[in-house]
Amino acid sequence: MRKNLNVIAAYSIMMGLIILVGIFQSWNIALSIFNLCLISAVMTMGANIQWGYAGLINFGIMGFTALGGLAAVLISVNPVQEAWSAGGTNILLSLFLIIGIILAVRFVLKRYQKSKIRNYIIAAIIISGIIIIRLVSEPGIEAIEEVNPARTGFLGGLGLPIIFSWIVGAFFAGGLAFVIGKVALGLRADYLAIATLLISEIVIAIIKHEDWLTRGVKNVIGLKRPAPYEVNLQETDWFINLVEKFNSGKLALISDLSERQAALNQFVIEGSSVFVKLCYSGLFLVVVIILLILTQKALYSPWGRMMRAIRDNEEAANAMGKNVVKQHLLIFVLGSAIVGIAGAMLVTQDGLFTPGSYRPLRYTFLIWVMVIVGGSGNNFGAILGGFVVWFLWIEAAPIGLYLVNLTTAGLEDTHFLKVHLIESVPYFRFLMMGIGLLLIMRYRPKGILPEKIEIK
Amino acid sequence: MDFLNALILLLNYIFVPALAYGSQLAIGAIFVTLIYGILRFANFATGDMMSFGTMVAILFTWYFQSIGLSLGFLPTALLAIPFAILFMGIYMLIIDKFVFKYYRLNKSPPVQLAMVSIGVMFVTQAVVRIIIGPSDRRFFDGEKFLIKANEFKEMTGLNEGLAIKSTQVITIIVTLILVSTLFWFLNKTKTGKSMRAYSDNEDLALLSGIDPKKIVMITWMIAAILATIGGVLYGLDKSFKPFTYFNNMLPIFAAAIVGGIGNPFGAFLGGYVIAFSEILLTYAYKKFFMYVLPESMEPDGLIQLLSTDYKFAVSFSILVIVLLYRPSGIFKGKIL
Repeated sequence: MRKNLNVIAAYSIMMGLIILVGIFQSWNIALSIFNLCLISAVMTMGANIQWGYAGLINFGIMGFTALGGLAAVLISVNPVQEAWSAGGTNILLSLFLIIGIILAVRFVLKRYQKSKIRNYIIAAIIISGIIIIRLVSEPGIEAIEEVNPARTGFLGGLGLPIIFSWIVGAFFAGGLAFVIGKVALGLRADYLAIATLLISEIVIAIIKHEDWLTRGVKNVIGLKRPAPYEVNLQETDWFINLVEKFNSGKLALISDLSERQAALNQFVIEGSSVFVKLCYSGLFLVVVIILLILTQKALYSPWGRMMRAIRDNEEAANAMGKNVVKQHLLIFVLGSAIVGIAGAMLVTQDGLFTPGSYRPLRYTFLIWVMVIVGGSGNNFGAILGGFVVWFLWIEAAPIGLYLVNLTTAGLEDTHFLKVHLIESVPYFRFLMMGIGLLLIMRYRPKGILPEKIEIK
Repeated sequence: MDFLNALILLLNYIFVPALAYGSQLAIGAIFVTLIYGILRFANFATGDMMSFGTMVAILFTWYFQSIGLSLGFLPTALLAIPFAILFMGIYMLIIDKFVFKYYRLNKSPPVQLAMVSIGVMFVTQAVVRIIIGPSDRRFFDGEKFLIKANEFKEMTGLNEGLAIKSTQVITIIVTLILVSTLFWFLNKTKTGKSMRAYSDNEDLALLSGIDPKKIVMITWMIAAILATIGGVLYGLDKSFKPFTYFNNMLPIFAAAIVGGIGNPFGAFLGGYVIAFSEILLTYAYKKFFMYVLPESMEPDGLIQLLSTDYKFAVSFSILVIVLLYRPSGIFKGKIL
């Protein structure tokens, strides 16, 4: 108990802060912060098993997140029949062609010795394949994008419940990670960072511009929900009764009947959105707890021990007969898959998929700040990092505003410096993140909750 | 069949813009590669350092404009560059003293330094946005075109016009001067040679009496010059927006790696490789073929290999191919 005291203390402080936000700002804000904290926690767990367990730098988190989001779209949206009949065959044909190219390249790679001619053959196969695919898919893509472009203009998805996408998102991200891992994992650490960063940008470029698949920058809105809709809740009796019971104290103070009814309506509207957010929190909490149990088990298993051995001394582990390349690939795929789950969760919560919003600062570097600040190699630390950093990221603006008002209290309200500073309050979050990261790296390089390995 | 027109078309839409864009990338790539070669980490704050330098230059430009100082047909920003470099150098030395020095003295692994540079990235980004705001800003003044498309048509009697923006010419000239001075410095002067020695083998360099403090300081000063000039040239040619500068870091990294990281000359050429391949692959060749081919063979489509949306993706794909086949870059850099 005693040795876990700092973990418990850190988490209680964090929960206390969120509850304070609930009391002073509103429970709606508190819960939306809490939900995004949970999603961030899933992302940091993914990054943490790559960086903390195995020492692999993955700066492509944004790409995996976006793929998870894509999975949510492809699973939950109803298929657009017209689009399928307009261009479905072309797209399917192109898909087969892609598979054909991959098989052909594999065949050439296996069959022939390494030589210049082989390289040229492979290049020829790929280039001619791309040209054929362009010719085949072009009319199909144009036809699909012309089907009611204002509302659909894409193939749609499978029309399944969106929850399934969390698993599918993991598979999408894991698949991409497998390909990237095959290409880039042999590189030195900082080189791998750059490579993954750039590859994730390619993924985003594809998602943004292939309108037939993702609607691109036109966004997909109104995705299905695993939770009830606020409007429906506001009309259900049991919910209204529940809200009434909760707020009976406040309602009893109002004597006028019509006023009381109006107040109740207000409470019901507020309550419904809180209730929906609570549903999400419950779902996310389940995911976080399952992942936490699994990652903790893995950390203390022989496999976890081996990963740490590889991280701390690759050559020695290799000499002991551990297959470093294979293990690196495995952990890269696993970590990215977890990030994919988070991406699907994020889109599920928002109910919309906006490819334009995926930016490396928010989805890659911020997650890394979370991992480093929280404590790499320690799952509890990583989750805490997700909570702390996201909380600060959201609350930086109010805090910044307060600080600006405090420091410029002597100035008049119209003073240009004060006006300018108040306008730029939103950017204080960058400053806070940067200084926080620098301070942690300097004075507590292992994070708030450092890695602690006990031999059981 | 009209080869002259086709040639002018390519010059106007591919060669000149790619040369200017490539020069801007090349300066950034040399900046990355110098930091990587001598200070030994991948600097993720590259784009934001460039935007900081540009911001200072813009502030000076505004000041000069307000007191009525100008360079005639040249943009005032050129006058502001030396002052901006001074500020940038001070900023970089402050960052180095308070942030990077500690890790360098502790011989931290490069990964840790790269992480620290992310912290610097956040801070610099915040400073830039707090001071000048996140919006798009143009600070170009003076003569806009060296040759206007219409004038060129009248002069030569061709169908195709050739427009050369003065910013493009300034970019190319300044880049040539800057880069040749830098290579002269690195290859001929004693300090430059000791810098290269330090980059090649730190221990050996220290044994032969090279002062590491001096090397580091000079590296930061050169970095300040490169960051400021590269940023200002990009801003003059296009416009200044902190977010774009942050994004420019990606093709700059690609250029540095393609050229062979740690090798300044490779980085210089890498910038052009990236710029030309981006523009060549995303240009629509329809008009070109209309001039070159007989009328009966005129193409229907745009003859565009990739849509312009994939501009960035092109450079990154080149990077992936280079990584696969020649991890040390086209011009052998450090073995990674």
